[in-house]
Amino acid sequence: MSKNDRIFKFENKPAIFSCGTVAGKKEWEGALGGVFDCHSEDDTFGMPTWEQSESEMQRLALNHALAKLSWDSTELGLMFAGDLINQCTSSGYGLIDFDVPFLGLFGACSTLAEGLILAAFIVNAGYVNAAAAVTSSHNCSAERQFRFPIEYGGQRTPTSQWTVTGAGAFIVGRRSLLDVDEKLISAKSAPPNQPSPLFTHIRIAEAMPGRTIECGITDANNMGAAMAPAAADTLLRYFKVSGTKPDDYDLIVTGDLAFEGHRLTSELLAQKGIHLGSNFNDCGLIIYDRERQDMHAGGSGCGCSALVVAAEILPKIDRGELKNVLFIGTGALMSPMSVQQGLPIPAIGHLVRLIHD
Amino acid sequence: MFYINEGNKANNNSVISFRQVIFIYKKDYKKYAEQTAQKSNAFTNCIKAFLVGGAICTFAQWLYNMFITRMSEENTRLLVPTVLIFLAALTTGLGWFDKLAKHAGGGTLVPITGFANAIASAAIDNKNEGWVLGLGAKIFTVAGPVILYGTLASVIYGLILYFIRLAGAGGAA
Repeated sequence: MSKNDRIFKFENKPAIFSCGTVAGKKEWEGALGGVFDCHSEDDTFGMPTWEQSESEMQRLALNHALAKLSWDSTELGLMFAGDLINQCTSSGYGLIDFDVPFLGLFGACSTLAEGLILAAFIVNAGYVNAAAAVTSSHNCSAERQFRFPIEYGGQRTPTSQWTVTGAGAFIVGRRSLLDVDEKLISAKSAPPNQPSPLFTHIRIAEAMPGRTIECGITDANNMGAAMAPAAADTLLRYFKVSGTKPDDYDLIVTGDLAFEGHRLTSELLAQKGIHLGSNFNDCGLIIYDRERQDMHAGGSGCGCSALVVAAEILPKIDRGELKNVLFIGTGALMSPMSVQQGLPIPAIGHLVRLIHD
Repeated sequence: MFYINEGNKANNNSVISFRQVIFIYKKDYKKYAEQTAQKSNAFTNCIKAFLVGGAICTFAQWLYNMFITRMSEENTRLLVPTVLIFLAALTTGLGWFDKLAKHAGGGTLVPITGFANAIASAAIDNKNEGWVLGLGAKIFTVAGPVILYGTLASVIYGLILYFIRLAGAGGAA
């Protein structure tokens, strides 16, 4: 085991208290449909430009997450946020009103995992009682920046992924707060026949940040293939160091390799004798009804894993349907310029272990 | 399956080093990923492109036949593409063009409609960044290469034609 093959264990029990989700029209109509906190019928969220729409989504997401705890933003000691747009302007503008110390991130689609890891670090260390991890992506702003004008009539290849219009905000706090903080105690005691708005049983147990891996893939329309080795690398290191095997987990979910990357990750790991079974899934495959919505390989973008983790996986962990989950946020760290210059796409996979506790 | 060699670390540049985890050759991985990737259905795409592209051209021919009875051939040749460009730009603005092009592919791209869409879509997309640095500077981001290399190619062919004629005239003399 080399020094950098280290699993960070969080002894002081950082927990995920709540999350806020904001989705676009396609995501609302997708396979998860209707479980998000709010959505926009025209994806504009009432804003004049797509970039501003994305900022608005981040603002709404964090608002929803805080509202579920009956908190205002002064309870947050720090927030981590990132998105796909140049210089992370969606986060910069979107979270401006919260007056919380802000650290911006870029990890492409892995931003959520990166934010959760950092929030868990900072809460575990005791510097703050609670921190937020916020991320977003918007199909139209991403198309404009990375591909073609939105109304341009082109055909997408079957391996291409559809950038999700979605934002998610996650509040990570010290577990003991749930029994101490008055606002949380009153928020917890929801009326008997209503589901509790906040999570009380989700703990971030471990994290293993990924290494940048570049494997020669230059095709920006096949990001899954570029990210698969990064996901495989992190998983292999994790299994090796922890001494566990895939069957030990209720769910191993990557976000978001989509169809191609999901298949390649399984194949890469199979060659090392690690066989991922039916408990291996991917956020890019979960979010849409791929056939009906003609989504090609599946979803991508920071918002994809944010929506799936917040709306599908966390509630299940909270209810105890899933007890031990590995979430690997994968990101393709290219820019339009690096792709045009023909450089291969570097990728990363950050692992977070979430447990029911 | 692509080739995994645990022992051979001779050429580190071409190997994805998973630092004692796995070793695979980048070019093998890339080749494997490309070979096993889902492919577009070329046959269906060709049929759709042929039908839609053919329909656009038939419509243009119908326009030609209609206009030619009312005006000179020169004006007709100008007016037919103008109508197609207008319709493509209009449907782009209404958000219909990309929905058709998604299925038609080359069928909408190859006729002048594709060119009109490339310019209109870039104009719509960049208008928020201002009239000069947004719309003005970026309107040709997609169509620009066609204009540049189209002009360049026509100059080269013109020169070739010029010299062929020169040689022909010289030979005749």
